[in-house]
Amino acid sequence: MISLNVNQKTYQVDVDPNMPLLWVIRDIIGLTGTKYGCGVAQCGACTVHLNGEAVRSCVTKVSRAEGQKIVTIEGLSANNDHPVQRAWQEIDVPQCGYCHSGQIMSAAVLLRENPNPTDQDIDEAMSGNICRCGTYLRIRKAIHIAAEMQKTKSNTGQTKNSVSPVKI
Amino acid sequence: MKLHSEIKSHNYLPGKTMIVLTLVFSMIALTSSMKYKSDFHMSDTADGVKKDSIESVKAFMKVYEVLMSPRCMNCHPAGDAPLQGDDNHVHTMNVVRGPDGTGLYAAKCSNCHQPTNVPGLHTPPGNPKWQLPPANMKMVFQGKSPRQLALQIMNYNLNGHRNKAQLLEHSKDTLVKVAWNMGEGRTPPPMSYSAFVNVWNEWINKGGYAPKQ
Ligand code: FES
Ligand code: FES
Repeated sequence: MISLNVNQKTYQVDVDPNMPLLWVIRDIIGLTGTKYGCGVAQCGACTVHLNGEAVRSCVTKVSRAEGQKIVTIEGLSANNDHPVQRAWQEIDVPQCGYCHSGQIMSAAVLLRENPNPTDQDIDEAMSGNICRCGTYLRIRKAIHIAAEMQKTKSNTGQTKNSVSPVKI
Repeated sequence: MKLHSEIKSHNYLPGKTMIVLTLVFSMIALTSSMKYKSDFHMSDTADGVKKDSIESVKAFMKVYEVLMSPRCMNCHPAGDAPLQGDDNHVHTMNVVRGPDGTGLYAAKCSNCHQPTNVPGLHTPPGNPKWQLPPANMKMVFQGKSPRQLALQIMNYNLNGHRNKAQLLEHSKDTLVKVAWNMGEGRTPPPMSYSAFVNVWNEWINKGGYAPKQ
């Protein structure tokens, strides 16, 4: 038995420790939002968060994920309202949609680590996520929109909690 | 008046000489301490191994063949993107070094490179600490002549701050060893791992000399 924490739920799975995490997530646990594209870490469709990093679940053995924190597209936000998800909806980024759970999981890591990414930062973060429908321009635009949404949210927070510095 | 100035200059000269001498001595001391820092491993012999510039250089030329093989050079590129394949092409997916060498954002090395190899052709080779050298110490191999590479490895300020013992130890690092176990379809370096360790040690222990070119 291998114990997995997926989207804050614990699962006990009876599988070969060498089984790819993607297989476990889709076929054993039944969360099918994460997609299979290539199986060899070339496309990014299978991206999930492992302790906050955008790993490729098709080449990640389930044993690497044992006892670690896994988040899939289904668990990224409580109401599909992560800024990246809202931005994606706002300008209808997907074409066929197959690559987008991976795209969104990668974009979420980018925005966590760089809240104000340039086009170059976006290229460096996202080039490993392939889109056969070629939605790259909308992906880039949506990431900029998500960055703005994130800022507005945190600005509000800051105003609430901030104390004006006293100048002597 | 004349006498006064003579006396004055007589008294004045030794003081000036002293200052100049002090300056010269401290410069010599400073230069030699800097030299010692960068050429640390040239200054002694280990385990009774005698320094021998000819043998040392000969050993380095074999070390060089290994370091310039794709399995080593691909992660010591001249640019900020790693290389791939036996033809040293730039890594697909536009991945970059990042400040600490482990990649950036959603494109970190260990997102694809697992602790062990993934079976099959064209799958990512594995190691628990897969990475490039960090941005502040790039340790470039690509494009370096034997002389340039030897001098770089011998230089404490360019080699990841490794002293002689640490350099010798470095050949046992799993990230060095992995070159001989990189999964299907990747040609290993041109000699066995143990032969590499031997020439690496011989080069350093015999003085760490750099070839003329
Ligand atoms: S399915 Fe994992 S990267 Fe393509
Ligand atoms: S939207 Fe079709 S693959 Fe990206």
